Amino acid sequence: MTTASEIDKKPAVTALRHKDLLGIADLSAEEIALVLDTAEAMKEVGTRPIKKVPALRGKTVVNLFYEPSTRTRTSFEIAEKRLSADTLNIAIGTSSVVKGETLADTALNLEAMSPDMIVLRHSSSGACHFLSRICQSAIINAGDGMHEHPTQALLDAFTIRERKKQLKGLKVTIIGDLLHSRVLRSNIQLLTKMGAEVWVCGPPTLIPTDIRRFGVQVTSKVDDAIVDADVIMLLRIQLERMEGAYFPSLREYFRVFGMTEERLRLARPEVMIMHPGPMNRGVEIASEVADGPYSVILDQVANGVAVRMAVLYLLAGGAEHEDAA
Amino acid sequence: MKTLLKGGRVVDPANGIDGVHDVLIDGDRIEHVGRDLPSNGATVFEIPAGLVVCPGFIDMHVHLREPGQEHKETVATGTAAAVAGGFTAVACMPNTAPVNDNANVTSLILAKAAEAGLARVYPIGAVSKGSHGELLADIAELKQAGCVAITDDGHPVKTALLLRRALEYAGMFGMPVIEHCEDPTLKGDGVAHEGFHAASLGLRGIPGAAEALGAERGVLLSELTGSAFHVAHMSARASLRAVRKGKEAGVRVTCEVAPHHFTLTDEALGTPIPYDTNVKMNPPLREAADRDAMIGGIVDGTVDVIATDHAPHHYDEKKVEFDRAPFGIVGLETAVPLSLDRLVHAGLIRLSRLVELLSVNPARILGVQGGSLAPGARADVTVLAPDLKVRVQASAMRSRSKNTPFDGWELRGGVAATIVGGRTLFVNPEARVSLSDSFVSNPGGQDG
Repeated sequence: MTTASEIDKKPAVTALRHKDLLGIADLSAEEIALVLDTAEAMKEVGTRPIKKVPALRGKTVVNLFYEPSTRTRTSFEIAEKRLSADTLNIAIGTSSVVKGETLADTALNLEAMSPDMIVLRHSSSGACHFLSRICQSAIINAGDGMHEHPTQALLDAFTIRERKKQLKGLKVTIIGDLLHSRVLRSNIQLLTKMGAEVWVCGPPTLIPTDIRRFGVQVTSKVDDAIVDADVIMLLRIQLERMEGAYFPSLREYFRVFGMTEERLRLARPEVMIMHPGPMNRGVEIASEVADGPYSVILDQVANGVAVRMAVLYLLAGGAEHEDAA
Repeated sequence: MKTLLKGGRVVDPANGIDGVHDVLIDGDRIEHVGRDLPSNGATVFEIPAGLVVCPGFIDMHVHLREPGQEHKETVATGTAAAVAGGFTAVACMPNTAPVNDNANVTSLILAKAAEAGLARVYPIGAVSKGSHGELLADIAELKQAGCVAITDDGHPVKTALLLRRALEYAGMFGMPVIEHCEDPTLKGDGVAHEGFHAASLGLRGIPGAAEALGAERGVLLSELTGSAFHVAHMSARASLRAVRKGKEAGVRVTCEVAPHHFTLTDEALGTPIPYDTNVKMNPPLREAADRDAMIGGIVDGTVDVIATDHAPHHYDEKKVEFDRAPFGIVGLETAVPLSLDRLVHAGLIRLSRLVELLSVNPARILGVQGGSLAPGARADVTVLAPDLKVRVQASAMRSRSKNTPFDGWELRGGVAATIVGGRTLFVNPEARVSLSDSFVSNPGGQDG
């Protein structure tokens, strides 16, 4: 394991292949391991009295958020500050997008001011790919539509690895609105690449077409999904999905799919309960489970900072950049 | 003034001709097709060996965007693209601004077409006023002004009842109803074919069943009314099944397939350019089984027509997030190379079948002249260079818009020349046709 003091000097890491982090789809298992290893060192920085290293000194990072976000935006911002980057937050309401300039023009205007990285959250799938074709800056996907949320999957993996030592061979079950979830798409790709046995479960109306082709087990029988699970990840159920007739009521969803203490008994004794947030207590997860001893939901949030520091650090060129500085 | 096209392979399936023949053109009409015709004072143009002379191609599904969206295309630029693509005539969809639901709009389009003097333009009128799906448009007036069919293209006819009435009413004038087949509730806010690729890219899906429901509805109502029903831009195998069953039952149903639906699949959503808005069209690129079914229908005769659904959009409109981009791609200047390469050279169909798909059948379905080189027919001729190496170059297209996913594609087969009413309006310099310059600068039919 790389220690933080080594990071301060010259860590033994190689850079990622791509200039951007658009999705887990572009990362190899080795690259994923590299990010997770680097994050371990970064986590140590957060335990120091002075939580700051100079790794991104002189680098400008723009956080461009087209969707409301508390957790992810804050997490990126803290990560950037701990790496000594100059950060800029731009939050653009959806309404002003309709009236205002295009994403392409916004990006080109930002680009003209030479930022090193743009962290983008956007409601359209593929928005980060689109930006990466226009921009020289490194693009970090902080969630694009229903497509991917790679840093969430990385922090989930980091949290699992912290407890279970490795991902390989674990049964990881993901339950909820699979269809609209970018967290799902990033997680199933990451977990399968790292050798986990992935089960996904939800009502058939909320299961993406042909998702089996990702190499996951698909079921709507929640007990089958939970039995012997090492990790159970719950995805947010959005209220407006009822209006789209994906399911009849939140009450009925909870009855069929909600994670209760009773259902939890089917899982392995040391099961981890995860949720990317924001949670709907009493819908996808009972409060007793969310607040219970198996829940690592707040660990996920804490680890988010370390993992995002690792991503920023590696995309900035890792040790190479520091040599040049 | 007479012109003799000498020595080309003439493929004219309407008249059972496929062989080396000469074509004698008198003014704007075909005078005669035969072997070793004497020149008798006609200007002689040698057609080099390997080139193919066919009745002019007709694209029965294009969007010329005029009036109202001239930043995308005009009648002039669209018909220039048509002749460059080998089409001597196009039928244009009514979803302009305003909608072509009255004689004024129809007349404007025809006036612009006459002014441009390039490909012939057959306007298609709206089924309903404003294409709103409430009241029937003045269909007799549209017919009289020059419309050859009706459609609410861009959307399906709103209700089964209105579609029934449109079929009955247009049937009175022998006009087909062309339908953008789609169940709008099932399509929802989908942007791509519902399948693995859309699922993995997080794009909202449009299932093939959404189209097939529309096709089934049309076939049933065509059977009920006895009127001609035409399925536009068919893409789903279940729609093909509906058409095939309808035809077997004697229903007056026909259908068309666009080149992108027999060449590409939804895999193009992710590769080579992820989320390329130039692979966003409606109906969407579907999975391989659908693409293969479209080819099967072309081969077995179920598919009547290849039509492009030429849908120009300005680059600003396409240079946005995938969700926000408009549906559609240009097709006039790539249809012939794609068809020759992927169908004829692939050994799937013969040239005579291609001529049926691109000329004979669209003329028959629309009830317009063309599709034949019989004596007295209009001298609308497409000359093909089936072995020409073509490299698609979006920036060089005549169309005002360049939204094509085929940029850079290398294909075998292209257009050598396009002759409309005896006037040579396009000669491909790459094809080295000897009828080239003098023939172009001194057009036969117009002045002669």
